[in-house]
Amino acid sequence: MPHMKIDGREIAFDAETNILQVVRKAGIELPTLCYQAHLSPFGACRMCVVDAGARGVVTSCTTPPEDGLEIRTASDRVRRVRKMALELLLASHDRNCLTCGKSGLCKLQDYAERYGVETVRFFNPTDEVKQPIDDSNPCIVRDPNKCVLCGNCVRVCYEHQGMHVLDFAGRGANVTVSPAYGKALADVDCVYCGQCATVCPTGAIQVRGEIDAVTRALNDPSKTVVFQVAPAVRVGLGELFGLPVGTNVEGKIATALRRMGADRVFDTNFAADLTIMEEATEFLHRMETGEGLPLFTSCCPAWVKLAEQSYPELLPHLSTCRSPQQMFGAVVKTYFARDTAQDVADIVCVSVMPCAAKKFEARRPEFAIAGQPDVDAVITTQELARMIRAYGLDFTSLPDEPWDQPYGESTGAAVIFGAAGGVAEAALRTAYQQLTGEELTRDLWQTTAPGETSREAEVTIAGTTVRIATVNSLAAAAALITRMKAGEAPYHLIEVMACPGGCVGGAGQPPHDTLARRACRAQGLAAIDHGSERRQSHRNTAVQALYAEHLDTPNSHAAHETLHTAYASRRRIEESITLEGGGPVMVEVCVGTCCFQQGSYATLQKFGKLLRQHGLDDAVALSATFCFERCGQGPNIAVNGQVIENAVPERAEEIFRDVVLPAITTADACV
Amino acid sequence: MPATAPLPARQEGLRKFQKVNDVLERYGWDATNLIAILQQIQAEYRYLPQDILTYVATALGRSPSEIFGVATFYAQFSLEPKGKYEVRLCDGTACHVRRSIPVLQAIREKLGLAPGEQTTKDMRFSVETVSCLGACGLAPVVVINETVYPQMTPEAAVKMLNEINAREDSAQ
Ligand code: SF4
Ligand code: SF4
Ligand code: SF4
Ligand code: FES
Ligand code: FES
Ligand code: FES
Repeated sequence: MPHMKIDGREIAFDAETNILQVVRKAGIELPTLCYQAHLSPFGACRMCVVDAGARGVVTSCTTPPEDGLEIRTASDRVRRVRKMALELLLASHDRNCLTCGKSGLCKLQDYAERYGVETVRFFNPTDEVKQPIDDSNPCIVRDPNKCVLCGNCVRVCYEHQGMHVLDFAGRGANVTVSPAYGKALADVDCVYCGQCATVCPTGAIQVRGEIDAVTRALNDPSKTVVFQVAPAVRVGLGELFGLPVGTNVEGKIATALRRMGADRVFDTNFAADLTIMEEATEFLHRMETGEGLPLFTSCCPAWVKLAEQSYPELLPHLSTCRSPQQMFGAVVKTYFARDTAQDVADIVCVSVMPCAAKKFEARRPEFAIAGQPDVDAVITTQELARMIRAYGLDFTSLPDEPWDQPYGESTGAAVIFGAAGGVAEAALRTAYQQLTGEELTRDLWQTTAPGETSREAEVTIAGTTVRIATVNSLAAAAALITRMKAGEAPYHLIEVMACPGGCVGGAGQPPHDTLARRACRAQGLAAIDHGSERRQSHRNTAVQALYAEHLDTPNSHAAHETLHTAYASRRRIEESITLEGGGPVMVEVCVGTCCFQQGSYATLQKFGKLLRQHGLDDAVALSATFCFERCGQGPNIAVNGQVIENAVPERAEEIFRDVVLPAITTADACV
Repeated sequence: MPATAPLPARQEGLRKFQKVNDVLERYGWDATNLIAILQQIQAEYRYLPQDILTYVATALGRSPSEIFGVATFYAQFSLEPKGKYEVRLCDGTACHVRRSIPVLQAIREKLGLAPGEQTTKDMRFSVETVSCLGACGLAPVVVINETVYPQMTPEAAVKMLNEINAREDSAQ
């Protein structure tokens, strides 16, 4: 095996692709701002420099290891280069650490202290002009004044999520990282997965906090505050209090929430079992009829938003089941309120989630009763840790208490929702039992290597082979959909999670730094599953009781009312191109992605030609717009606001004659 | 029917949009030709309108943020409308030392540009500063479209704008 000499020690290497990995193997922690193991190397920040003797000072993250190479990690040269790079970064940084949400977890802050940057000798432009902060949406806050241009967010959004919402813009001293045209995230395609926040080394991208709303409710004696805690949180939170990665701290979470004043402390796992009852039934029904296959899971709100924006044709394939968070909210606001004879308005439902996108999901208007959201506030694992510290609780020495009942019971199938592949596996366990009367004994997935974003499995149930796929990245989801459309992916059930490793790698979790950390959390969940007496959702007695008392059977009318939802195309871009001036009749042709692909551009040209032929340029305002939210039926055009679907070029003349001409005549009569 | 602008102007939009599509067609709807495509579009519109960039992104199957990144990286592209006369004033070191800023102030004042405004309302002039034009011997330098005006003073600059205005007004 080849060797490298690091600070005088011989270190062997083999599969390592860069010097940084070898140095880390030697137990030396080099600083990195722009390196992320699951993203392409960038080599911009110069934090990770090492002294390679005659070859000079090189960035270890972009230099491959070589046999016999000697390097030093803390030579004077290295220290000088690194310190200067840090000083330059700090020079244009809005250094208000004391009031920054990232304080204590910020790499820049850490390095400035660790490498002894004591003065910054340069003028700081953010002292004079601050760039505007983007807090346009419920999930992510972007503060460009804290950006060190490491590009991590750009690469994770593009390479991992395939979204490409963020990119570098401008040049020289004016380079920034931003969405197109400097728009707000709410006005572009962002799905709020928050992965950009997980890789941002500073406070430039953070998950939006809502602790205040929660503490206000806790301090209001007229409110009954009901908590639910998602599976991934219990194997993440402990890290923030120094416990080993993957430790299950659910008992301490329950205690901590009670001590902070929670009236009920329930488990989202209960709702995960409920989700499986509904989703497995839905799946079996589709298998029977052969309609709506493959079935896509719909627990991940980032994936749902992407599907609504970009894959309208797949919406009938999405499970109509609400996510566990929203099923839980609906059950609390409907049945818990009824059973405990309380006014819904006095119940505040708070969820603790590993996720940024759940904050968006909770605010979707369909998840509300009379304008009151089912889930009133969503805090992340990190926010819960902050609350615990603010209440002065010594977390690690708290006793373990159980969840409240009845929504505290759950099975092993529920807890694995928190890791990639878990939802599909849980659904299959119940589907298998329903078809065969027996329990599925083998685990669907063998443990995955960290960084694996897509897996598949086959299970034979009662003579039928069921093909299952799971992806844990939106880029992998897009690739799978492309294959599916080409007829190369004959799956029956497809689970999509946006975050690396599933929700254990969500943006609300403690800092991730390595993929291995996420895998450890997933192992923690698998251990809970394996240690559970019951490992199938249909064996959850509290769920059975809920059906007996309120919901009848899975997919019943009542279940549909409370536990299911519907999807709709979503506009991605708010813009239009004005092509010809005024005129009383407005004709808009959609050139959004879906309609464009279906030939809307040719339709548009035909309209232009027809107007000219009839000498009617004066009568019609023709424009191109970017989506009417009916993408599945495109190409679409609108005449005076009335949308006409399937306006293929061949129909242009007919539509012109039957709709546009009469509209012009009417308009003439009015004048 | 309400009074309308003369027809040719109303046809502009569609004609330009058709040009955009011709350009895309010519480059095979292929994003590897992005820079050339943007150059042609800028030649048509004299800048890169946001809605058209979004359309180009859609048509090339690329993300608008990527197209925006490219459009803002190259100095040749402008995302602001440009005037028929593009006034570029050098504020490189040599020109700055030879008092380019008073010239800039005189020009902006003469054209009635509000702070942050780049182009006059009638789209006749746009004004920007650039760094060294490589003509330091002639500092301070102003370039209008392709013509170089050396050793500018505030008075000379105003005179030059007056001449252009007179020419344009009589042409109309
Ligand atoms: S939240 Fe997700 S989709 Fe939005 S910018 Fe960040 S990484 Fe991209
Ligand atoms: S926002 Fe954060 S992750 Fe993105 S480039 Fe700036 S510092 Fe890096
Ligand atoms: S994978 Fe989980 S944590 Fe990530 S966006 Fe989806 S639901 Fe949220
Ligand atoms: S981590 Fe290597 S250059 Fe940034
Ligand atoms: S692209 Fe959505 S309706 Fe045309
Ligand atoms: S500084 Fe103006 S031309 Fe060189």
